[in-house]
Amino acid sequence: MASIALKGIGKSFGTTGVLSGIDLAIADGEFITLVGPSGCGKSTLIRIIAGLEPQSAGSIEIGGRPIDHLRPHERRVAMVFQSYALYPHMSVADNIALPLTMQRLSVVERLPLVKHLSPRRRRVMREVMAEVHATAAQLQIEALLARKPAQLSGGQRQRVALGRAMVRHPDVFLMDEPLSNLDAKLRVHMRSELAELHMRLATTFVYVTHDQVEAMTMSDRVAMMDAGRILQLGTPTELYTRPATLKVAQFIGSPAINVLPGIVDAGGRVAVAGVAVPVRAPLAPGSRISVCLRPEAVAPRPRGAASGAGEVVIGAHVRRAENLGAEWLLHCDVDGLDGVIVAARIAAGDRPPPEGAIDLAFLPQACHLFDADGARIEAAARASAGAAAAIAS
Amino acid sequence: MTTLAEETLAQKAARRRLRLEKLTGIGFATPATLLLVTVCLAPLAVLVLMSFTDYDLGNLDFKFVGLANFTKALHDPVFRRSLWNTLLYVAIVLPLGVGLALLVAILVHGRKRTRGFYEVAYFLPVTSTLIAMATVWTFLLHPKLGPINALLGVVGIAPRAFLSDPSLALPTLAMIGIWHLVGFNMVLFLAGLTAIPKDLYEAAEIDGCANPVDRFLTITWPMLGPTLMFVIVTSSITAFKVFDTVAVMTHGGPMGSSEVLLYSIYLEGFQYFHSAYAAALTVVFLAFILVFSVIQTFTLDRRVHYG
Repeated sequence: MASIALKGIGKSFGTTGVLSGIDLAIADGEFITLVGPSGCGKSTLIRIIAGLEPQSAGSIEIGGRPIDHLRPHERRVAMVFQSYALYPHMSVADNIALPLTMQRLSVVERLPLVKHLSPRRRRVMREVMAEVHATAAQLQIEALLARKPAQLSGGQRQRVALGRAMVRHPDVFLMDEPLSNLDAKLRVHMRSELAELHMRLATTFVYVTHDQVEAMTMSDRVAMMDAGRILQLGTPTELYTRPATLKVAQFIGSPAINVLPGIVDAGGRVAVAGVAVPVRAPLAPGSRISVCLRPEAVAPRPRGAASGAGEVVIGAHVRRAENLGAEWLLHCDVDGLDGVIVAARIAAGDRPPPEGAIDLAFLPQACHLFDADGARIEAAARASAGAAAAIAS
Repeated sequence: MTTLAEETLAQKAARRRLRLEKLTGIGFATPATLLLVTVCLAPLAVLVLMSFTDYDLGNLDFKFVGLANFTKALHDPVFRRSLWNTLLYVAIVLPLGVGLALLVAILVHGRKRTRGFYEVAYFLPVTSTLIAMATVWTFLLHPKLGPINALLGVVGIAPRAFLSDPSLALPTLAMIGIWHLVGFNMVLFLAGLTAIPKDLYEAAEIDGCANPVDRFLTITWPMLGPTLMFVIVTSSITAFKVFDTVAVMTHGGPMGSSEVLLYSIYLEGFQYFHSAYAAALTVVFLAFILVFSVIQTFTLDRRVHYG
């Protein structure tokens, strides 16, 4: 059992508050990702769990037992650092062996020169090296065991850091931006390896990243953080399809969500660029509202083409088309909205992407609505299509 | 044909550029090279040349005597004693001057607000002129007037003549040498300590290096390798060059117990004006320093981690 319970964690450096009121329950074996822009407090939170930083308020339990008073090595956690923090003067084998030798050898048995006098040490070291080899085999780095970290590539160093974390079978893996120092291609590869490793080990993973793709692709649940608070906690799908705040909506998803400024009229109906959108927002008339659409929810059409049932159509001009291979990404200026650019996905076919004046069509139920403070508005009662037509005329 | 002609043109331009680069490089290196030759290499050549002659300062001519000066040194009791004393002095100053500096550096590195104060306090002896300080030490160590003996008297130890007791003179000078060296080495170690990434200590803490001894043996000591090598080489050369304190405080005495290499060379060259013999001793002195640095560089180099 290695569930983690964070209760009311707060942290401030002097008068600067970094974290406040973090409550988070992480289930045993779960892969949870703390994601957010830099400076949001995610790294501080993982360092508090590791015991490298004391919290200013709140308590932590791992596996149901409070660990606030325990030193880092007593918490049965392992950590992978962004810099990998491999010991540069030790071979790969010694790097991976260190957590075990620290655990199993006495202080005297670790002292230089004196250590050779202990017969027990030799036996323990044989066991340790056997475990190091087994771990290295799992990560396919057996061939590197004799090398020094400086002789390894970034990806290999990453694996050694993982090996050092795995070798003592910790209750919890803590990972602080472990893929940030890798090149793009290797990062994609290591992403799937990490996900597979998590499945194989079935241990609790707490993963910190600023990259929403890593958060989306690997996690069971994602905690999106900003300014020292958790904005939303949920599965990647929940965060993508029902973002709780405008910040979450904008952070999760690539290319980023389209944000269209709208106005609420007297009947609670919403208009974007003078076009009525058949959704109803329970806000005061004249309130500003953000109408957000994922790029895949926007369908570009030739200007004046027939629209589908219930679709809302706004005029736009293609500014630029990006070829992504399987699809095109159109960046369009919305007519009547100065400076608002909408990204739309269009499947790559034989035809070149449209140019000039086009229509952008979307379904009202695909819209995410956020009020001026960025809080999500549930547009439960939708205005009928007839009412929308009435506004339009 | 045109492409061929173009190629040769391009090659010509490249050659011209390369020649220009070479000339520029030589131009930049010349002043430094000239300086090095006139103030270092040429005098060194003259010194080596002189060590094979019988030249005394003031003589109008000289003749080459081969290795006579060196064989003379080999049988000269004064030289042999001064060489032995110098090695003894290095053997005391090197381990203590390096070890104490490392200890102080680690302690000072752990301070936050008071770090600046301690850095300055330990570095002060380095900034002082050793000749002036030697005079002060002579007073401090005075058997009757000196406060050190007064302090010893308080705890019931009989006053000692630190500088006129043959068995105490050299160790006393060595202590002053250490006092003068520790601050400088401490600053070097502090720079080395600052360069160790904090991540490593954190990783070690999670991996189970819970106490300071483990952290020191696992991270600090091995990571200080390059600094340590540099400190040992510079310290041993500094200790080998001991002169100021001997010249001011003991003049090699009592009974030659604090005669050291550089002081013997000074006496031969500038008091007795045996320039050629002094040159031969200097060659021996330089050879020692060279051998020491080479041995240390190579033996330590293998245990040192760079990058």
